[in-house]
Amino acid sequence: MTRPHDFGFDETAQILKDTARRLLQDHCSPEQLHRLVAASSEPARASECVWDEALWRKMLDLGWTAVAVPEALGGFGMGLVAIAGLVEEVGRAAAPSPLIATLCATYVAAACDSDAARQLLRRIAAGLSVSLAITDRRGSWEAGDCDVTASDAGVLNGTAWFVQDARKVGVLLVKARSSRGVGLYAVDVDAAGVTIVPDAIVDLTRDQAHVELRDVAVPAERVIVSPGDGARALAAAEPAILTILAADMVGAAEWQLQTTAEYARTRVQFERPIGFFQAVKHPLVDMMVKIDAARSLLYDAACAFDHEPGAAEVGARMAKSAASDAASYCSGRSVQLHGGIGFTWECFVHLWFKRQKHNEVLFGDAAHQRARLADRLLGRIGETA
Amino acid sequence: MTESAHSESPEQAAYRAHCKAWLAGNLPPRPSFRLPLGPLEIATEEQLEYLCAWQKAAYSAGLVGCDYPGEYGGGGLRDCQRIANHELKAAGAPFFPNIVGLGMAAPTIVHHGTEAQKRRLLPPLLAAEEIWCQGFSEPGAGSDLANVQTFAERDGEGWRVRGHKVWTTLAHFATWMILLCRTDRGRKYEGMTYFVAPVRAGVGKGLTIRPLVKMTGELGFNEVLFDDYPIGDDLRLDEVGRGWQVAMTTLLHERGAGSLVTPSSGGGVGDDNAATLGASGLVELAKRCHRAGKPASDDPRLRDAIVEMLIRERAFAQNERRAAVRALTDHPLRLPLQHKLTLSELLQDTARLACEIEGAAATLHQTDAHAPAAGRWPHAYMNSYGFTIAAGSNEVQRNILGERVLGLAKSK
Ligand SMILES: Cc1cc2nc3c(=O)[nH]c(=O)nc-3n(C[C@H](O)[C@H](O)[C@H](O)COP(=O)(O)OP(=O)(O)OC[C@H]3O[C@@H](n4cnc5c(N)ncnc54)[C@H](O)[C@@H]3O)c2cc1C
Repeated sequence: MTRPHDFGFDETAQILKDTARRLLQDHCSPEQLHRLVAASSEPARASECVWDEALWRKMLDLGWTAVAVPEALGGFGMGLVAIAGLVEEVGRAAAPSPLIATLCATYVAAACDSDAARQLLRRIAAGLSVSLAITDRRGSWEAGDCDVTASDAGVLNGTAWFVQDARKVGVLLVKARSSRGVGLYAVDVDAAGVTIVPDAIVDLTRDQAHVELRDVAVPAERVIVSPGDGARALAAAEPAILTILAADMVGAAEWQLQTTAEYARTRVQFERPIGFFQAVKHPLVDMMVKIDAARSLLYDAACAFDHEPGAAEVGARMAKSAASDAASYCSGRSVQLHGGIGFTWECFVHLWFKRQKHNEVLFGDAAHQRARLADRLLGRIGETA
Repeated sequence: MTESAHSESPEQAAYRAHCKAWLAGNLPPRPSFRLPLGPLEIATEEQLEYLCAWQKAAYSAGLVGCDYPGEYGGGGLRDCQRIANHELKAAGAPFFPNIVGLGMAAPTIVHHGTEAQKRRLLPPLLAAEEIWCQGFSEPGAGSDLANVQTFAERDGEGWRVRGHKVWTTLAHFATWMILLCRTDRGRKYEGMTYFVAPVRAGVGKGLTIRPLVKMTGELGFNEVLFDDYPIGDDLRLDEVGRGWQVAMTTLLHERGAGSLVTPSSGGGVGDDNAATLGASGLVELAKRCHRAGKPASDDPRLRDAIVEMLIRERAFAQNERRAAVRALTDHPLRLPLQHKLTLSELLQDTARLACEIEGAAATLHQTDAHAPAAGRWPHAYMNSYGFTIAAGSNEVQRNILGERVLGLAKSK
């Protein structure tokens, strides 16, 4: 298969991105976001789940949960390149919503060839929000690492950790281990035996929880992937998940760049706008250079996923690595170059700083991605004679 | 991995096919002598001859200057040079020697030259029959280029030039020089005028070339002294006093941000050239070199650093790809103005890492029989500082990016 030189970013993708930019500018401006999620600076508020459900309904009206669902299942069947453009805008606005969790779950379900998966995808296209519950207590999402067990009859027990936006979604896609291997199960958040225990997290723009499952009976038609096939489905979806996270970071980093550049154009010290000084100017340029590298790799990865699946994993890990590094650098500089005001709760930059720190480590930080890439590109340690 | 002709016009697709077909049968044989790392290091006549013959052959086949109008020796196509560049690189073709001509003089002449100048100067430039050099920098005018003091004085119908240019790459082989002079000492930016000056023909007649030795021990750049050197007024480019604007056209193209894509090619034939100095070369190197008795490719810190370079190399290529997709670029100069900065730092950091991978062997000069990779890496590392300094130092590039793209206050 060949890759389109323009990444396959077509007019529909452009319209989706533009629409997202406008909607979020109108309904999730930095001022609105700060009022919403940072109303209280009480340390105890950290485990609250605040989000604008009216805005989420607008996103649903625009069909944002349907974009990645195949047309045959009631979705728009758009490529990951278009999704990347959408998620960039979500990151730019640092918008709290279950969209990213749902998109990630969509790609997992799309990698499962079952009636239950198709049914789940239809419901997602119609507006159902879903989050992945696939990570263990130590923070590993590797297929075999799992603190939830499934009996042969499909009864789940155990705890899934680091579940993103758990309190905003309707269904959890739970990974569970059984004697026959790893499977994936769709579990309603209000099903009997499910307890969502919020984590106190630093990021104010999302929520996270661990989910306790006690004798949760999952009917056969909710088994998305039967035991034994879960690892393959998760591996197939991982490049899309990494790409989506990279898109959020690239969009957020661009906000950090533009906001900090604006401050450097207007804040005057020593009778000059501080952007005059190279100790301010050059790091701003370095933010831009890192963002652009990550952004180019992002669209390359998305395009590979759409057109050349064999190249998707390398592309996605490169994008996630570059985006995590850009996110880290831009976060640090955005606070530092704002000076004292940048260190306050009142200033907006901490909202993006915290979202980026969260993004950086989800599904592996930059060093993790590079270690995995090294195994593929240099061979595993000890393999070279 | 392939990139399809998805968004290509029929003309472009046909042109790509032509390039592929021609390159498949017409790459020059590997020379018996060592080729320089790049055009800035051409030192001997035999290197020059070999490389000029290659550029001429590629030009005759329509791979050089294809986007230039036919009446100026070009191919009269639109938006095809980048296709040729891509295919030339993919074919591992040698680089073109007339780098100052193709990348700087030609677009400047197209934008500012008279009809007669374009017809006279462009065809032999594209064919590498006439080599060009750039006389901008002076001892007192480097980053602060607008401080040039080389003075052109009216002398009847023509001009007489007095002054001192420095770091003039390729002057020792050049037929022509693009020359930035002061014509009015009272005004800084409006007091400059741009000429094209004969070089070879002027040696001994008021023009002197003195070679300078680089830190690598190689030749390549020169000092050029003008002592009442006569230049005809027909060799002035654009108006008197417009030299700075003309120079900006040159610099924009030199930094890869101009409107005309520079014909460019691969690193060269064989293994002693820039093509093998990419980050992918690090992987093989790390498998062959050792650290604490184990392959360097098993060292976790080196593995991380190597992959980081591979990512940066890929990002550079993908930046080039994205720059052509309007919907995915913001400010039109944002990616083009990063080109020189990111490429030169990529080369430098790659070479530095390669030396680290080589360990003790990185002490060996390229003339030593035991030097790994023919001693290319320590040499390339030193040489990389030419790229981070030349064409506007990277510090100056960061100023330009900050000011032109991010709108930050000018540092002058
Ligand atoms: C290999 C090579 C080939 C070259 N070929 C040519 C050629 O063919 N023709 C030609 O005309 N010139 C050529 N040059 C010259 C080149 O353009 C200059 O060296 C370059 O512009 C820097 O000028 P300078 O050497 O005077 O250094 P300076 O301007 O004195 O700079 C010294 C240091 O100060 C820094 N600096 C200076 N001003 C600023 C500022 N405003 N902000 C931040 N930092 C600053 C610089 O980045 C640098 O690190 C070549 C140079 C090299 C190395």
